[in-house]
Amino acid sequence: MYVADSRASARASADGAVRPEAGRRRAAIAPTVLALGTVSLVTDVSSEMVTAVLPLYLVTGLGLSPLGFGLLDGVYNGFSALVRLAGGHLADRGGGRHKWVAGLGYGVSALCKPLLLVAHSLTPIGLVLAADRTGKGLRTAPRDALISLSSTPEGRGRAFGVHRAMDTAGALFGPLVAFLILRATVDGYDAVFTVSFCVAVFGVLVLVLFVPGGRRQGGDGGGGERPTLRAAVGLLRRRDLSRITVCALLLGLATVSDSFVYLLLQRRLGVPDRWFALLPLGTAAAFLLLAVPLGRLADRVGRWAVFLGGHAALLLAYALLLTSWHGTPLPYVVLALHGGFYAATDGVLMAAASEGVPATLRSSGLAVVQTGQALARFACSLLFGAAWTVWGDRAALAGAVVALAVCAAFSLTLRPKGTVPA
Amino acid sequence: MTVRTRILILLSAVAALAAVGLASVLHASARADRRDRPQAGGPQVTSGTVSLTGHGRMVFRNMAWGPHRDELTSVPAAGPAGPRTASGVKCLRFYAASGTGVCLQAVHGPVSDTYRALLLDARLRTRHHYDVPGIPSRARVSPTGHFAAWTAFVGGDSYAGTNFSTRTAIVDTRTGVLIPTLEAFRIVRDGHPYRAADANFWGVTFAGDDRTFYATLATGGHTYLVRGDLRARTVTTLHANVECPSLSPDGTRVAYKKRVAGLSKDAPWRLYVLDLRTMHETPLAEPRSVDDQAVWKDPRTLVYALPGDYGADLYEIPANGSGHPHRISPAAVSPAYLP
Repeated sequence: MYVADSRASARASADGAVRPEAGRRRAAIAPTVLALGTVSLVTDVSSEMVTAVLPLYLVTGLGLSPLGFGLLDGVYNGFSALVRLAGGHLADRGGGRHKWVAGLGYGVSALCKPLLLVAHSLTPIGLVLAADRTGKGLRTAPRDALISLSSTPEGRGRAFGVHRAMDTAGALFGPLVAFLILRATVDGYDAVFTVSFCVAVFGVLVLVLFVPGGRRQGGDGGGGERPTLRAAVGLLRRRDLSRITVCALLLGLATVSDSFVYLLLQRRLGVPDRWFALLPLGTAAAFLLLAVPLGRLADRVGRWAVFLGGHAALLLAYALLLTSWHGTPLPYVVLALHGGFYAATDGVLMAAASEGVPATLRSSGLAVVQTGQALARFACSLLFGAAWTVWGDRAALAGAVVALAVCAAFSLTLRPKGTVPA
Repeated sequence: MTVRTRILILLSAVAALAAVGLASVLHASARADRRDRPQAGGPQVTSGTVSLTGHGRMVFRNMAWGPHRDELTSVPAAGPAGPRTASGVKCLRFYAASGTGVCLQAVHGPVSDTYRALLLDARLRTRHHYDVPGIPSRARVSPTGHFAAWTAFVGGDSYAGTNFSTRTAIVDTRTGVLIPTLEAFRIVRDGHPYRAADANFWGVTFAGDDRTFYATLATGGHTYLVRGDLRARTVTTLHANVECPSLSPDGTRVAYKKRVAGLSKDAPWRLYVLDLRTMHETPLAEPRSVDDQAVWKDPRTLVYALPGDYGADLYEIPANGSGHPHRISPAAVSPAYLP
């Protein structure tokens, strides 16, 4: 499965083969996708364990003020985007290095956990977290390329949906495990970091043992087949990919960061303080539940339709935050729409982008789209923060609604012609 | 490699990893048992009655290992290293004045901790309690006991992010009316109205008039000393690079931690005292970085915590820049002096 998918299938999907053949039994999820899903689930348990206890560790364990941390955040974001492009390109070079580049990324993040045991001040801890994010940046594009390459073109939405659901399940489990450990001990942060390390090593092992290494058809002997940086940059000249990238960029520019959504929910609706930390869990739960059904829907009605539908859900969530309706169901509805937005866009975008990229450059192509989207969202956070400062939260949100509506309308006309319209 | 071999490798690895993980948890929980036993040479702690009107005493969170770990404890202010009387009330942060106490404590839930602020009367009975949206960091009560304030670090704003913000609340202890965040106050910076989404407040300290307070405002990468007005609901910037102010009993000076250029990023703060009339800054003789909101023991002496073997130790230093720091009490934090 892994090697069979090449330009031919991209052409086939351009002919409208996205729709599964009537009467044919739906192909099972590829074992590679399940293995990668398991790796992501396990790795997310590991990393979210640390994320969940880190503020507590800094303040009550080390007696530090964690405020200084924010300064490093901007650096991480830009750096992680560049690492992602590098990871994508490295994985494509030499053909089929996806597994090993992804493995390197998972390995780097795993090694960061024991380092937390010895880092006792803000700067070293900041550096360890930066290394952790480097690992994450390195592995994301090759991993998504592996998912894309090991699933059939008509089942890609579902494959990404399954992967994202497993990934999110891990993110939900992580904090639970961490707090169970803290409950069983007193100040057992060292135990949390050690267990997190063991779990991360387990994830790397699953990757090494159960994800096929894969070798590109014809190996390295394909003459001009060995992807160069020039070829990777040249991807942007491909109409479908450039359109997807432009749309992802535009929509990313109008996607307000999660923290603003939670803050708006809390300020506008008076969500009690003790529930504040639970808001991201609401989004994650909706993401988990909807990732597979929306992935399947994307395979059936077209990825672009579902991708734009996801942004419509986000638009609705923003609009609800703007209204003066203060009903009890509002936080639930907004979080469900917010999670639905992720379910309809995160994996679906990768499935859509896969169609326009040849297999030899799949990892670079996906990295380009992801990086564009990540940088656009980062820019949006800065712009939204500035707008909030100048005009206040309501006006800033109204601006985001208008921007999102305009970008969505533009994306509707610009959508790649390769996909089946709704 | 056959599937069978791979599964065998995975299973043996899982066994090894599980053993390591389990060992670390058992080690940490055994340590918990040790912490419930008093350590040799530590302060003597016995159960007793702690009152917030006990004149000439200091009340603080006891961090010494043993059955009274983390409890509010009192000692004579004149003999802070002596035997401690433990109250049974556990707090992470604490402050008290005029028979009113504020205790920030963790509530251990089945899957995660939440935090709350207790308003205590002179006999440490809870009069009101409030949710605190994150990990508690600073607590203060006004000299009259009529107002209390606390600051919490709020994380979890962003998915897997590392950005933290603070939220500072002030409550009228007579009515129980809460101002959940100082961000609702109007900011006047350098004489002009100022608005910012990134405004963070922390470290409130009250004047004796039940109207004026001082605090830290952080925005745009800078910190400011602000003077707040509880009636007008405004804060006005007074001076840059001031964190965790602590107003002297006579209301003329503010002790604070200042981020000093050229120091390591891990330990960037030094203690200073600012004269509010002349705006003259005096560096104190503490050569170490202090990440605490200092307390005025009397008009001439400051007390603050530094990291120690059992969490934190209390030190005191003259407020005029002379002398040397000296440790007055081990394994203690969040002191309040009852005059």
